[in-house]
Formats: sequence, structure tokens, C-alpha cells
Amino acid sequence: MNTGTRPPADRGLQPERTRLAWRRTALALTVVAVLTVRLAAGRGVPGTVLAAVAVVGWGVLLWIIWGRMTGARRTTPGGGPAFPLTALATAGFALIGVLLVLAGVG
Amino acid sequence: MWRAIRRWFDPRELREVGTTPDYRFSLANERTFLAWLRTGLALVAGGLAAAQFLPPLPAAHLREVIAVALLLLGGAVAIRAVDHWARTERAIRLGEELPASRFPAILALAVGTGALLLVVAVLANALGAR
Repeated sequence: MNTGTRPPADRGLQPERTRLAWRRTALALTVVAVLTVRLAAGRGVPGTVLAAVAVVGWGVLLWIIWGRMTGARRTTPGGGPAFPLTALATAGFALIGVLLVLAGVG
Repeated sequence: MWRAIRRWFDPRELREVGTTPDYRFSLANERTFLAWLRTGLALVAGGLAAAQFLPPLPAAHLREVIAVALLLLGGAVAIRAVDHWARTERAIRLGEELPASRFPAILALAVGTGALLLVVAVLANALGAR
């Protein structure tokens, strides 16, 4: 084993931990997207439209998160669009959920 | 408010203000943001699950009220997470005190109160059924 050329452990661990945190977030987003589609099933045309919005949003977000994890931006301090977009998308999923619940009551 | 939202999307300001810190601080701030975001996603998932997996409850629309409350709380947690991340990043770069926040305490009280109310509801239901 060539340990001489390995950088100090902490250097590698910090970006690794951050990448894994993004991965867990992507998994949580996937669970929310699946639950949204399941809730939308059987709620007519509005349900179908909202489910389509949720699936497209989920796909775009995975692409953005992938860029943050692997692209040139991955270590850029001060972030990038991945931060506000994932947060706003979470609020968007909450809004879609509220609309679906209200559609079910009506 | 629009200034704050522009700041989330315009990392130039966040990259130019003050001095660039040790990247480990930025990455730690990023992971804290992600942990809050997952907290918000868990609340949203809880709301979506309540809407479709809870049986209809005795009180009219109680299931829908629980679901909507969890969904709105989750959305608020996510929005607050990105705002707090931006303010923390700025404070780190400027060497200022980190922004203090009452939000974790408020969230804990809200979740605790909600859980307590549900315990009371479950007990009342069990006693009423006997």
C-alpha cells in the first residue's frame, strides 16, 4: 500500500461526507416524489397534472444534485443554484401535497 | 425579502464578501443545510403519508388537517434552511457571530405539542371505545 502519497485523511473525508449528505437528500426527495405520485393516483385530471409536475421536478432536481456532487461546482464555496432550488422544490412538493389533499376533500 | 431571495441565487455576493474561509467550514455549513432540508423533506413525507395511509378519523377532516399542517411545516423548514445557510455563510466569511435563531426551539415546541395532542386523542379514543 502506498500510504506516502495519500493526502491527510480529513481532506478527503469532508468532501466525501458532503457528497453523501447530498445523496441522502436525493433519496429523501425520491421518497417524497413517490409518495406524491401515489397520493395523486385516482384524483382525476388535477391529480395527473400535479403528479407530472412532481415527476419532472424530481428529475430536474436529481440532475442539479448530480452536478453539485460531481461537476466543477462540487467544492465551490458559496454554493450555487443547487441550494435554493432544492429548498424551493421541497416547498413546492409541500404545496402539491396540500393541493392534492384539498382536491381529495372537495 | 426579494433581496434575501436574490442572495440565495446569486452566489457572487456570497463568494466576494469578506475572505474565503477554510473550505471545511463551508462544507460543514452545506451539510447542516442538507440536514435541515432532510428534516423538511421528512415532514413533507409525513404529511403525504398521513393523507393516504391514515384511516378516516372520527373528527371531520382531522386527517386532512394533520396532513396539511405537516406539509406546511415541512415547506417552512426548507425555506428557512436555505436562508439560514446563506446568512451563516456570510457570517463565516465576514468573521461575524453566527446568526442566532429561535427556529429550532419553535419547531421542537410545535412538533412536541402536536405529538402530545395526538397522544391525548388516541387515549380519549381508546377510553371512549370501552
